[in-house]
Amino acid sequence: MAEKTARGEAMSWFEKLIPSRIRTEAISKRAVPEGLWDKCPGCNAVLYRAELERNLEVCPKCGHHNRVVARKRLEQFLDPESSEEIGAELDSTDPLKFKDMKKYKDRLSQAQKQTGEKEALIAMRGRLKGMACVAAAFEFRFMGGSMGSVVGERFVRGVDAALELEAPLVCFSASGGARMQESLFSLFQMAKTSAALGKLREARLPFISVMTDPTMGGVSASLATLGDINIAEPGALIGFAGPRVIEQTVRETLPDGFQRSEFLLEHGALDQICDRRELRDRISDLVAMLMRRSVIDDAPAADSPGANELAVVEARTMPPGPL
Amino acid sequence: MDLNFLEFEQPVAELEAKIEELRHIGATLGAQHLARHDADDEDGINIADEIKHLETKSRALTEQIFSSLTPWQISQLSRHPLRPYFLDYVDRIFDGFQELHGDRAFADDRAIVGGLARIEGQAVMVIGQQKGRDTKEKIQRNFGMPRPEGYRKALRLMQLAERFGLPILTFIDTPGAYPGVGAEERGQSEAIARNLQVMAGLRVPIIVTVTGEGGSGGALAIGVGDRLIMLQFSTYSVISPEGCASILWKSAEKAQSAAEAMAITSDRLYEFGLVDAVVPEPRGGAHRNVDDTASSLKMVLVDELARVSSQSLDEIIEARYQRLRGYGRFKS
Repeated sequence: MAEKTARGEAMSWFEKLIPSRIRTEAISKRAVPEGLWDKCPGCNAVLYRAELERNLEVCPKCGHHNRVVARKRLEQFLDPESSEEIGAELDSTDPLKFKDMKKYKDRLSQAQKQTGEKEALIAMRGRLKGMACVAAAFEFRFMGGSMGSVVGERFVRGVDAALELEAPLVCFSASGGARMQESLFSLFQMAKTSAALGKLREARLPFISVMTDPTMGGVSASLATLGDINIAEPGALIGFAGPRVIEQTVRETLPDGFQRSEFLLEHGALDQICDRRELRDRISDLVAMLMRRSVIDDAPAADSPGANELAVVEARTMPPGPL
Repeated sequence: MDLNFLEFEQPVAELEAKIEELRHIGATLGAQHLARHDADDEDGINIADEIKHLETKSRALTEQIFSSLTPWQISQLSRHPLRPYFLDYVDRIFDGFQELHGDRAFADDRAIVGGLARIEGQAVMVIGQQKGRDTKEKIQRNFGMPRPEGYRKALRLMQLAERFGLPILTFIDTPGAYPGVGAEERGQSEAIARNLQVMAGLRVPIIVTVTGEGGSGGALAIGVGDRLIMLQFSTYSVISPEGCASILWKSAEKAQSAAEAMAITSDRLYEFGLVDAVVPEPRGGAHRNVDDTASSLKMVLVDELARVSSQSLDEIIEARYQRLRGYGRFKS
C-alpha cells in the first residue's frame, strides 16, 4: 500500500491523463526497475536485489545478515502454504493512556501503517519439512519489536498450540526489550512467556530459540534465552543491558564485538551460530533428533502433502527419559 | 539543606530543626535553673508550649505533604537514603535468620542476601536485594544491583526451599540488574530468565514484597509468586523514570513526566489488579518509623502466607500459572 502511495505522489502530468485502470498496470510494470540494486551495509558491495532475496537478505559477498520482515521469515522457514496465523485477531489497548512526546495510540497506529502488521510478534502453526511446527517471529520494525501484552499473549498462544499439536516451537527474536508504554503489564510478559515455556518443557517438546539482530532487554531476559537449544545468527547484538548504558555505568569503551553472537558463543551462552540460509535444515534436523524421528528429506509440503506425512516416521517407541 | 530529607520534605526539615533547637535550649535553661535554685517557671513553660506547638505543626505539615505526593516524589521516597533495607526488615520480622552464601559456581553476590529464618515459628526461606548504607557498604552491595551469580544464588536457595517444603518470601529493592561487562559475559539475561521460569513452577508458596525500588527485570527475577505485596511508597516499573525519560522524551530531565505516565506507584498498580495488597507506611514514610513499618508488613505477610498455604500444592501451582497467564491487557 505504502509503495503505491509513494508512487502516486510522484505521478507525472502525463500519467494523470491515462485512464486509471491502464495506469495501474503501467505502475506495476514500472515497479521492477525500482530498488533493483542494494548496497550491503557490511561490505558496501552493490548487490542485485533479487539475488539478495534469494539469499534470504544475507549478503552473498560478505555474509552480512540484514534484518528481515517477520512475516517473510516465517514464510521462508515453514513449508510453503502450510501455515495458519495464531492470535491474529489480538489488538493492543492502551491501559495506562500513555503519552510521552507522542500518544501511545498514535505510535501504535503509525507502526501498523508502516509495517502492515497489527503487532510486533507474528505466530504461525505450520509444517517444517512435513513435521507439525509452531513458529513465531518478532517484527523489529514495529516499535523496535518491543514486547507488550499482545506480543506476550500471541507467544503464549503459540506455546499452547505447540502443546496441543505436540509440536516443537521455534522463535526468531528481534527486539529492544519490554514496551515501556505498557509499563508493568509489559514487564510481566517476561514472567508470563517464561512460565508458558515451562509447560512446554514439562511436556518434553523442544523450544528452539533463534536470536537475531538485535535481541536485548526483557526479551533476551525471558523467552529468548530459554531455548532447549539457543541459536544466533552471525553478528547479532544480544544482551541484557544496551551497550550505551553499560558504557555509561562502567565508564570505559567496550571491547570490539562485545555482545555480538560470536562473543556469546565464546562465553557459553549459545549452542551455535548459524547462517540464516542453513537455519531451516539445521533446525528441522535438530528437532527431528530431539523428538527421535527419522531423517527427513526436504520436499515442499505444498507439492505433495501426503508424501510428506509418510516421510515423518514416528520413532518414539522408547519411553521418554527424565526431564 | 538536610540530606536526610528530600527536597519536598524541606519545610518539615526546617520545623524539625527548630524543635530540636528549642529542646536543646530548654535542656540548657533547665539545667541552669536547677543550678541557681530560682526557677522562673514562665520560661520553661513557654519553651515546652512552643515545642508542642511546632510538633503539631510539623505533623500537620507532613500529613499535608504526604497526602498529595506525586509519583515522582514517591519514586524519590522509594529510594530515600534512610529507607529501611532488606536486612532492617529481616531483623524485625524474622527470628533466627541464618544467611546462606554463594551460587556454588562463581561468587557470592552481596547485592542479594538469602537464608533460613522463622516467622511465627514457621521455617521459611527469605531472599532479598540489599542496598548499602554507607559508601563502603554501598560498594560491597553494588548499590543493590545484582549480577548473574546473585540471581543464581537466589535460584539455588529457592530450589533448596522447594526440596524441604519451605515457603519462600522475597523482598524486592533494586534499581535493576547490574549493567556491566562481567555481568553480560556471565549471562545476566539467562540468569533472570531462568529464575522466571523456575519460580513459576516451584512447589512451595512464594510471597513477594516490594519494599523500595522495583527496578525492572532485575526486580522481577526474584518476583514471581503467589502474592505481590507493595509498601505504600515503594515503586515497581519496567524501567526507571530517568531511563524512560531519556529514551521517550530524549531527556532525563523529564523523569517526573515519565514517573507520572508509567503508573509505578502502589495505588495505581493496585487499581490495575497487578498488586494484591498495599501496606500503609507511617506518617513521613517507612524510614520515620521502621519498627511500625516492619510490624505492619509482618501482619500482612503472616496473613497472606496462611491464605496461600491453606490450598493444596497443586492448587497453588495452578493458580500461580493462571495468574501469570492472565497478565496483560488486549482486545480480541
